[in-house]
Amino acid sequence: MFEKIKVDWFSNIKGDVLAGIVVALALIPEAIAFSIIAGVDPMVGLYASFTMAVIIAFAGGRPGMISAATGAMALVMAPLIRDHGVEYLFAATILTGVIQILFGVFKIAKLMRFIPRAVMIGFVNSLAILIFMAQVPHFIGINNMTYVFVAITLLIVYVVPRFFKAIPAPLIAIVALTSIALYSNADLRTVGDLGAITQSLPTFLIPTVPFNFETLAIIFPYAIALAIVGLLESLLTASIVDDMTDTTSNKNLEARGQGIANVVTGFFGGMAGCAMIGQSVINVKSGGRSRLSTLVAGVFLMFLIIVLGELVVQIPMPVLVGIMIMVSIGTFDWSSFSYLRKAPKTDALVMLVTVAIVVATHDLSKGVIAGVILSAIFFVAKISTMKVLKQEEDNQITFQVEGQLFFASVDAFVDAFDISVEKKNIVIDFTTAHVWDDSAVGAIDKVVMKYRENHNQVTIKNLNAASKKLVDQLAVFNDPKASTH
Amino acid sequence: MYKRILVAIDGSLHSYRAAAEAVKIASLDKASKVELLYIADFSKAKKEVLHAQGKAELEQVRRGWIQPAEDLMKENLIDYEVKILHGDPGPTIVDYANKEKFDLVVIGSRGLNGLQEMVLGSVSHKVVKRVNCPVLIIK
Repeated sequence: MFEKIKVDWFSNIKGDVLAGIVVALALIPEAIAFSIIAGVDPMVGLYASFTMAVIIAFAGGRPGMISAATGAMALVMAPLIRDHGVEYLFAATILTGVIQILFGVFKIAKLMRFIPRAVMIGFVNSLAILIFMAQVPHFIGINNMTYVFVAITLLIVYVVPRFFKAIPAPLIAIVALTSIALYSNADLRTVGDLGAITQSLPTFLIPTVPFNFETLAIIFPYAIALAIVGLLESLLTASIVDDMTDTTSNKNLEARGQGIANVVTGFFGGMAGCAMIGQSVINVKSGGRSRLSTLVAGVFLMFLIIVLGELVVQIPMPVLVGIMIMVSIGTFDWSSFSYLRKAPKTDALVMLVTVAIVVATHDLSKGVIAGVILSAIFFVAKISTMKVLKQEEDNQITFQVEGQLFFASVDAFVDAFDISVEKKNIVIDFTTAHVWDDSAVGAIDKVVMKYRENHNQVTIKNLNAASKKLVDQLAVFNDPKASTH
Repeated sequence: MYKRILVAIDGSLHSYRAAAEAVKIASLDKASKVELLYIADFSKAKKEVLHAQGKAELEQVRRGWIQPAEDLMKENLIDYEVKILHGDPGPTIVDYANKEKFDLVVIGSRGLNGLQEMVLGSVSHKVVKRVNCPVLIIK
């Protein structure tokens, strides 16, 4: 136990502290921008980033991973805030946490690995597209100065890291351009125009919503969507951190940890959050490996807000827009284009459908669910192809059955037999087949009975052990009492 | 001669040519041992994880990149080992080569992404600058 704490927390102190500081600096612009996407005061995103990071440092299953306010969650919750207000968001955040804890406890999180990669690729791509689309109203058609600031921000965030990596480039852009904007009195919208910053620690509060069924009916659909989207991004991020650090992590523990962090976040006036791919990659690249890096990121973020709070409201919106454009470019999976050409047609279609549904509904969870259902249908269609080869010699006809026999393939199976023959010796060979369910056994019954009606002798052979067990249990053709009519 | 030879493999033709040159050097001495090093690049981690269904497939894809170099070693009966490390390619190769005290590092002059290397400087350049042992760069 003591040894584990030492490894999880203090195995890499210098790297973790430095990486945590870098992540905190990189988190500030994103937390503010995601708050604006969600339609809440920047403090809601900043508080969330603080509590998420601090709690997940203790409760999470993946050391070295960074959780905070994220774009994916902000997009899902935006309609709730627009229609019902921020107090309902806090209540939904708590409920999201409860659902995620249940997912973790009942080990549902592990099922997430059954989500096909086509759906995951669609998920990140639609996330990138939505983040980009959310920026459009903040820079198109405002004034020329806005375009100039967006362009300079993009220049800074892409060029500066080539030469100087110690401080995250987005923060350099913010400090430099906010100073220029203040000094030159440029006509730009600022963060202050969209919300207020308070320089205080978050405090415990109970959301002021009526505690009745109506409230639950409002927040529950959002909480489910948030829980799914949050876990999806968190588990994908965990896999990426697993790979980068060449270690493994406990996905159910991570789901539970995300839940605990969201419950606490909701009570402290923050918006629901999850793990962040970009920030976790920054953390690992900067040398962060253990839980300490996540904790330092959260604590240092809060410290910066208390010290720099006044300056945050002065940040020009175009600078945040530029940073969010960078985030969306970084989120998009650019190898998707070659994936569309190389992957099986059905996979490519699943990916496109996932993206299309998300972009149309602005709800990531709907796209994911549609994508999973569609790929399940394609999968069933693919494995339900049955082949029955017929060999005829003298009085004997042998049918070689090939494929998976289950509810979706029974029709093809039954149709493959020519049941008009009479007085023959029929052999049905199951060497290359597997019998999966009762409709499969029913189909075998049907075929056997039909042949017997026409006075044929029917033999079934070479069922594998699992199939034989099922057939012995359920089939009626062996049963002497069963009638042939 | 060189007892321990490190060959950096990234799946580019240059890296396979580097492996071929390493074979020539290693066959001079029975005691020579080649290590084929593949770096799973941090900046590609997201893409690779997203496009692989699980850890096993990731491992398989990476072993696939090393395979042609491995075949060269087998054909020429060279004693070899395979190593996969995760990180930023340049610094990771340098750290590993220095820590393990290799006698020779063999590396292709250019990797898979020529355009990016023009902007960022090539991995081979970083390796030459900072590795303590002799480095052989293969055109």
